[in-house]
Amino acid sequence: MRRAVLIAIPYVWLVALFLVPFLIVLKISLSDIALARPPYTPQLDLAAGWDGIKSFFAALDFENFTFLATDDLYWKAYLSSLKIALVSTFLTLLVGYPIAYGMARAAPEWRPTLLMLVILPFWTSFLIRVYSWMGILSTEGVLNQFLLGIGVISEPLQIMNTNTAVYIGIVYTYLPFMILPIYSALEKLDDSLLEAAEDLGCSRLSAFWLVTIPLSTGGIVAGCFLVFIPALGEFVIPSLLGGSDTLMIGKVLWEEFFSNRDWPVASAVAVILLLILVIPIILFQRNQQLAREADT
Amino acid sequence: MRRFSWFNATSLTLGFAFLYLPMIILVIYSFNESRLVTVWAGFSTKWYGELIQNEEFLGAAWVTAKVAFFSSCLATVLGTMAAYVIVRAGRFKGRTLFSGMIYAPLVMPEVITGLSLLLLFIGIGLDRGILTVVLAHTTFAMCYVSVVVSSRLVSFDRSLEEAALDLGCSPFEAFRLVTLPIIAPAVISGWLLAFTLSLDDLVIASFTTGPGATTLPIKVFSAVRLGVSPEINALSTLMIAIVTVGVITASLVSKRAAVQQARDERAAERAE
Repeated sequence: MRRAVLIAIPYVWLVALFLVPFLIVLKISLSDIALARPPYTPQLDLAAGWDGIKSFFAALDFENFTFLATDDLYWKAYLSSLKIALVSTFLTLLVGYPIAYGMARAAPEWRPTLLMLVILPFWTSFLIRVYSWMGILSTEGVLNQFLLGIGVISEPLQIMNTNTAVYIGIVYTYLPFMILPIYSALEKLDDSLLEAAEDLGCSRLSAFWLVTIPLSTGGIVAGCFLVFIPALGEFVIPSLLGGSDTLMIGKVLWEEFFSNRDWPVASAVAVILLLILVIPIILFQRNQQLAREADT
Repeated sequence: MRRFSWFNATSLTLGFAFLYLPMIILVIYSFNESRLVTVWAGFSTKWYGELIQNEEFLGAAWVTAKVAFFSSCLATVLGTMAAYVIVRAGRFKGRTLFSGMIYAPLVMPEVITGLSLLLLFIGIGLDRGILTVVLAHTTFAMCYVSVVVSSRLVSFDRSLEEAALDLGCSPFEAFRLVTLPIIAPAVISGWLLAFTLSLDDLVIASFTTGPGATTLPIKVFSAVRLGVSPEINALSTLMIAIVTVGVITASLVSKRAAVQQARDERAAERAE
């Protein structure tokens, strides 16, 4: 009895506030826009009983999805989100790996401090971290002033409101998610393996490629998923650092909902974003499962 | 012996410079006399003064604090229960769905979570305000709490609980007197995580909020959309300072607790 109550409370909460809302999105994505409040038809009228349900299903169609498929904007937004997420994941890996490597090689008494320094920005507001780049990258910003001052450039660079700024923002804010799993993989690495490789005639560089990289693959893969999945649906970074031509699906959904007030299309955008995310999420879960099994 | 080369030293220096310079620059410019980012016009704390007098920001900060407090407390209770169910309850009908619902919000894009909750609140006719934001934050934060707590519960020695039950405790007493003290560090870090997530959240709050319940991130976002502003620099500096002090204190406290525990264990061994 007690056990049933213990299970029921979080269960009911999650069904009511996670599963049901999601089903509503699915439902509205199959509805038509209407000039009313709430601005869509048909609405499920449970009071009308079985007839209500029948007429509800009869009125459903895939119009919004056909619309998404025919309108260029959405295709381009999905593709450009995928591109931005992939490129920035790769860049984060390039920046994050040497840091994780340096941390794992540092003296053991230094490592807790270094780890705290990586985690500290994670506790700081995400919004503030994105915002901090606005003062640096803008035309009169700190970076341009510095470069003009030392004479590297003669005209300010236009970085703010471009995709470059979005890449910088994503790399900066998601860097801890890349560093931590790679660090924990590298920290477990047995030094004698490297010594063995060098004794057998490997150069230090080839020992790195043949031993260190393969043994840290688990961390690399986990880090890449942890960056790629949230980056794909990112809203704050493209809307603060990106330009009007920066197309990302999170931003499109936001505008569709708040500016155009087209709820059915916003819901359809959400459903397709989720369908795109299902594959990396399942791959990520499988990767985590494999890592757990390897541990035991 | 681990090799520590110049390459590692350089990558660490550059890496941490990249992580910290933007925030350091932000802090420095919050003390700039001039409104312009370009000109350094001397040291001044006037933006802090303006910030403190800005009632909109103060009001938003108060709303955010209330939302974060209530949602993190609720999320800690629900998340700990969920962790208990995942680790201890064994098999029951719908277990797969349950663990799916626990993990899905962790990877769900915020825009989707926000949109779906808003559509629910409108659907059931709940007026949007502080309550709806609390409900929304509780839902996604409880999943983070349950992940943190369940990782602690997995490594927990069940025989301690069984001993308490054998000695006549009721299951609830056994939980309160034996399990809870042991998993307390995880519950506390879960609460802290939930609190920070709620303080920080812009997207879900924007969808689920209503008139009179503007949170600080929403206020900050609408201010910075127009560009850099010195008041926001001052506000950011205050928030960075609070977080830094908080994280350093927490790590010192947990270090001291670890030292104390090691000492207790040694004393117990000697006593045997």
